Amino acid sequence: MLKSFMAGILLGAAAAIAIVYFVPAVDQHREVSIIAVTPDAGKQRLIDTELFHINVPMDRILIGASGQSNPVPPGLKWPDSAKFANIRAELFKIRNAKDAVVGIASRMAASSDTVGDSIEWVLHLPARGSAFVMMRPEVIGGALRVGDLRAGTREFNRLRGRLTERWVPNTSGSEDAPEGHFELLMAFVSSVGESE
Amino acid sequence: MKYLIMVIIGFIIGAIATVALLFFNPFVVANPLSPLSVSDYELISLNYSAVARDAIVFTNNGESRVRPKPPKVLQLWEAPIRHTDALVTVLTDSRNAAAGLGVKITSDSENTRLISGEMLVDSLWHIYLPGRGSLFIAQNENYWSYARDIVVPAYWSSADNWKGVWNGNMTAGPGALGTARAIGGSGEFSNLEMEAVESLSARVYTVESGPVVMNGHLTIELRDKDSALAADFGGD
Repeated sequence: MLKSFMAGILLGAAAAIAIVYFVPAVDQHREVSIIAVTPDAGKQRLIDTELFHINVPMDRILIGASGQSNPVPPGLKWPDSAKFANIRAELFKIRNAKDAVVGIASRMAASSDTVGDSIEWVLHLPARGSAFVMMRPEVIGGALRVGDLRAGTREFNRLRGRLTERWVPNTSGSEDAPEGHFELLMAFVSSVGESE
Repeated sequence: MKYLIMVIIGFIIGAIATVALLFFNPFVVANPLSPLSVSDYELISLNYSAVARDAIVFTNNGESRVRPKPPKVLQLWEAPIRHTDALVTVLTDSRNAAAGLGVKITSDSENTRLISGEMLVDSLWHIYLPGRGSLFIAQNENYWSYARDIVVPAYWSSADNWKGVWNGNMTAGPGALGTARAIGGSGEFSNLEMEAVESLSARVYTVESGPVVMNGHLTIELRDKDSALAADFGGD
C-alpha cells in the first residue's frame, strides 16, 4: 500500500512537471501575415510589403491633444499643462488586409522649437513583435508620408524598412461606413547587416 | 481497489507538492538592485503611477479586475489583442514634476515558463519628453515575484488585499544583464541606442481592483553617441 502511495506521488509530480513544461501558459492568437512581394520603386529588386489599416473612427482608442471639444474616449482628462500643448498622442487598433484586428498602434506627433517637429508610429502586434517608425517631415502629394523603421522586436528585430502612411477618405456614401482609413504600408527592404 | 485509491491520493499529493515547490522556488527571488545602478553614464529617471485610475487612459479586454479608464474607452476584446493592455500616463522626473508623456503597451509573452519562474510580459514604451525628444523602449518583464509576493497573498488574505512594501525590478531582458533596449527617436536621443530598467514599488493591492498604491520607475542610461557606437562594436 505504501508503495502504491509513493508511486502515486511520483506520478503526480511527473504529471505536474509535464503539464507545466509542455502546456503553454500563454498562446497569443495570431492572424495570418498577409505579405505581398512587390517591386521596389526605382530599384531592380523585389521587397516584402504588408498592408495594415485603421478604420476611423471605429479603431480610435485615444486622441490625446489639448483643447478638444469632443474628447476621445469620452471622459478623457488630458493634462492641461502647457508642457503638453504641442503633443498629439493617438492610440489605434490596427487591422490587416482582411480587416481583422491584429494589434495596437501608438502615433505621437510633436512640434517643438528646440527638438524640432516629429511624427512617430509604434506598431505592436502581440503575436509577432513591435516596430518603431520615425516619419520623415515632408508630406508627399498632400496625403502621403513616408517613415523609416528605426527599431523592432522579435519578427521585426533585424529588419530594415519603410512605412508609408496615407489617409484614404471614404467615398462610398454608406451610413455605416467609416469616415475613412489610415493606410499603413510596411515595406521590408533588408535585414540588419545587409546593404539596401 | 484500495491500491488504486492510494495511487490516486498519492498522485494528488504529489501534484500539489510539486506545484507548491515550483511556486515557492527559493531560487527565484525579486531583484531589487538595478543593473544600471553602477553605470558611469548619465541616467534619466522617470516615474509614473502604475495604478489604472491615475492614468490618462488605461484599457484592456474589459474582463480583468483592473477596470479601463475612462470607462467608455475602446476595449481590446479582439482575439489577437485580448491579452494586451495599453496605458497612457504622465511621466514625472525625480522632483515629481511632469517630464513627459508615456504610452505603455504590454502583452502576455508566449515565452512564459512557469517551471523556471518566468511569468513574462512583452512590453514597450513610447515616450515623448518635451524639450528633449522621444524614446522607444522594448523589454521583457517578469511578473513572477510580483504575483508570488503580492497577488497570491492578496487572494489568500481574509481581507482580500495585500499591504506592505515591495520593490522589484521588472525588466528581465532582452539585454544580457536584464536590461531593456531603449532606442532614441528625436531630439537629444536621436540615433542613440541605450539601456533601461523598469521597477515597481507596491504598497497596496486588492483582489477587487488590482494595484491601489503602486509606482513605476524607469531608469534610462543615456549614452552619448560615441560610447554607444563603441559598445556596439564591443569597445569600452
